[in-house]
Amino acid sequence: MSREPLIFELSAATKKGFALPKLDVPENKGLLEGLPVRAGIPGFPQVSEIEVVRHFTRLSQENFCIDTSFYPLGSCTMKYNPKINEKVAALAHFQASHPYAPQELVQGNLEVLKTLEEFLAEITGMDAVTLQPSAGAQGELVGMMLIRAFLGDRGDARKIVLIPDSAHGTNPSSAHICGYRVQEVKSNDRGTIDLQALERVMTSEVAALMITNPNTLGVFEWDIRKICDIVHARGGLVYMDGANMNALVGKFRPGDMGIDVIHLNLHKTFSTPHGGGGPGCGPVGVKKPLEPFLPVPVVEKGETGLGLNFRRPKSIGRVRGFYGNFLVMVKALAYIRSLGAAGLKEAAEVAVLNSNYIRKSLEGIYHLKYASPTLHECVFSDKLQKERGILNIDIAKRLIDYGLHPPTMSFPLIVPGALMIEPTETESRRDLDQFIEAMKAIAREAVETPDILHSAPHRAPVGRLDETKAARNPVLRWEPPKD
Amino acid sequence: MSYVSLSEQDKKEMLSRIGVSSVDDLFCCIPDDIRLKGELRLPPPLTEPELVELFESIGRRNREGVHLSFLGAGAYRHHIPYIVDYLSSRGEFISPYTPYQPEVSQGTLQVIFEYQTLICQLTGMEISNASLYDGASAAAEAVLMAERLKGRPKILVAGSLHPQYREVIRTYVRNLNIRVEESEYDEKGQVDIEKLRRMIDGETSAVVCQSPNFFGVIEKLDLLAEIAHEHQALFVVLVSEAISLGLLRPPGAAGADIVAGEGQSLGLPLSFGGPYLGFMACRKEFIRQFPGRIAGETNDVDGKRGFVLTLSTREQHIRREKATSNICTNQAWCALRATIFLETLGQEGMCELARQNIQKANYALDSLGTLKGVKRKFGGPVFNEFVLEFEGGYKKVHEHLLSQGVLGGLALEPLYPGLKNCALFCVTEVHGKADIDRLTGLIGEAVS
Repeated sequence: MSREPLIFELSAATKKGFALPKLDVPENKGLLEGLPVRAGIPGFPQVSEIEVVRHFTRLSQENFCIDTSFYPLGSCTMKYNPKINEKVAALAHFQASHPYAPQELVQGNLEVLKTLEEFLAEITGMDAVTLQPSAGAQGELVGMMLIRAFLGDRGDARKIVLIPDSAHGTNPSSAHICGYRVQEVKSNDRGTIDLQALERVMTSEVAALMITNPNTLGVFEWDIRKICDIVHARGGLVYMDGANMNALVGKFRPGDMGIDVIHLNLHKTFSTPHGGGGPGCGPVGVKKPLEPFLPVPVVEKGETGLGLNFRRPKSIGRVRGFYGNFLVMVKALAYIRSLGAAGLKEAAEVAVLNSNYIRKSLEGIYHLKYASPTLHECVFSDKLQKERGILNIDIAKRLIDYGLHPPTMSFPLIVPGALMIEPTETESRRDLDQFIEAMKAIAREAVETPDILHSAPHRAPVGRLDETKAARNPVLRWEPPKD
Repeated sequence: MSYVSLSEQDKKEMLSRIGVSSVDDLFCCIPDDIRLKGELRLPPPLTEPELVELFESIGRRNREGVHLSFLGAGAYRHHIPYIVDYLSSRGEFISPYTPYQPEVSQGTLQVIFEYQTLICQLTGMEISNASLYDGASAAAEAVLMAERLKGRPKILVAGSLHPQYREVIRTYVRNLNIRVEESEYDEKGQVDIEKLRRMIDGETSAVVCQSPNFFGVIEKLDLLAEIAHEHQALFVVLVSEAISLGLLRPPGAAGADIVAGEGQSLGLPLSFGGPYLGFMACRKEFIRQFPGRIAGETNDVDGKRGFVLTLSTREQHIRREKATSNICTNQAWCALRATIFLETLGQEGMCELARQNIQKANYALDSLGTLKGVKRKFGGPVFNEFVLEFEGGYKKVHEHLLSQGVLGGLALEPLYPGLKNCALFCVTEVHGKADIDRLTGLIGEAVS
């Protein structure tokens, strides 16, 4: 089967995909005189409407997606995206709303913001929440900035941020952009933070510990309270990466147990779609002492209704335009309202049940480096298959042939050859069993017909792609053919 | 509502295979004394009809929809071809993950590759990334990138750059050794060239401006580029109204080193400020310092063309604290909408759209400028926005317009204390001649 051409290859002058109404004001011919105008847009496509429709429909069919396939992607929480949430977010009241409209005309929008902030504060046990960050990584950055501003306000210029060796790559990167030096904390043989190691590195130079809980192995930090105590005793703060909050909703509130700052991913725990890589939303929750530092504006209740407060002298400032990814917030609010407290807790419970079911079913067939109990995800590795020359990537690519998305492989770095699996609560028993059976079959193939793994996938729109070539000789855009 | 797919029987059998008696046992790894006792305090669950009713009633508390609006200022109302909604709402585009597994993500990856090409063509630059969060944060990423490339401590930012972009730049640099200084604008509403010459020096990493700028005025990019380059500083051009790229000479042709901005106008509804689309393009030689995901072309084992995310050694998941940015999730679905929008309009449509915007806005400006007590504030050429100064103050004009169901321009005094009695109006192709004449008539009433 030949692949879908690039739109530029379908283009021809005078083809049209859209017509605008005629200009209905008198044209001022002199207007453009002396202006730096362009003659055209060289290479820009010209296609018909049906060509656009077929192009994108065919391209869409080359994607795996939640609506068609199981995504056992660890740490990504690829749960079902309820369709009704798309509908409410598309209501004209929200979609057609201008962000500079006078506040008295957008009370509905402000209510969405305020209510969601309150709900997320209740879910996490924090005192205040900002919804402005556009994704988890921006939430991390805001969280680090809040900590730095808070400490700076006390005249406490600390320079180091501690990060466990199991952390996601955005953690060190976010701390770095905030001007901090990153120091790693070793995990113990249970895969959790080693308290003694923490004691050793937790000095008066340390601003914060960034902790993911449950961590990227899916293991809950049993000593979270002691961890917070150690950090607090030496004047530092504890930041929690809430990427894995789906395991904890209704079960554990970070704010009750010493966490000072947390970010959430609405596109994980709260079901908003990933969109092929965004838009997301990464709200940040804080305890009271950090509230004055939150980004502006802040929604506040006033005498005449809700309003936006831009004047907060201690605020770190804005981190993006307007109020963040508003429609994503509408969807997350709709999700919380649909499920209620009991539904959210059920989601956490079933996510953990599904993950443990997979873990139990594959234990022994794939190597599990850490024996600790896990919550919403589990991290196997390719250690057993590697003896026969099969790597995690071969297993992952072969899964595609079984109609399944590969698990996460790029981290945690403490598990070489990781296969990080997070099924979420929305998968059915049948889907889980199909995944388990596929994984077992692949383990057999690794012994019996290893070549079929090396050359996988065999049933995808393209075979295994040459990523080295793409990086060595970057072709990052289409160029018109040279005559 | 519940979106769980297990039956009670499933649960029982699964628990038994795991070897525990209840789901609660699976949470034994959370110490009992720190587990949440009781339920979260949240409202009871809703069914679909109840949910729709609730959100319709919240939505109705927005009373903005009935107005004819002339607000712009970084968020623009344009017609969006119906097929943008139709195609982008496909589950295969909304519900996939980031395309880290290229063999099952060719759809998303090819879209990104086409998007990158379109952004390069529009901006006149050599390479583009796969998107950033929005215009304001893209501005901040551009500043950080310029500093990495030049290693000098000072950034010169135009005062006519969108106030929110300037705010976000300041937030991003506040903990880094980067100094942001603001240049002034002249009576034409353009960067004051003489003052800029006095401010720029060997410490300057970049000159940052926006065109059309916050006042809607088109900047003299060639001249600004020349000044920046004389001092071996980079020239960064930001664009908040991407439709202007269908008419104006691309920043790349004027000597821009980095072009970034807001792509909301390219097929994204106003949505009370988001999700929008940050775009960024630059010269090829800067690739190692370029932030964000990038798609590249390659081939599979059989030589078939395919696309992958590439050059990821710049990124946080490989480089951790040494990455060029911490960005991970971006705005892929918004970039998809922009791609559909641009490919549907095509070259002719995009150029015609830009032409209509400049013609209509200038028609409005000419009509309004003839009113007594109303003055065009800046003399520089405008694209689809302009600043008016109202002799008797803007407040009563705004209120009169509101009382007649018209949302007037944005009052500028809160953002620029020097621009007393001034407001920024936006006119696009969605405004018919009758709408513009109505605005002129109503303002005439208000000021007379």
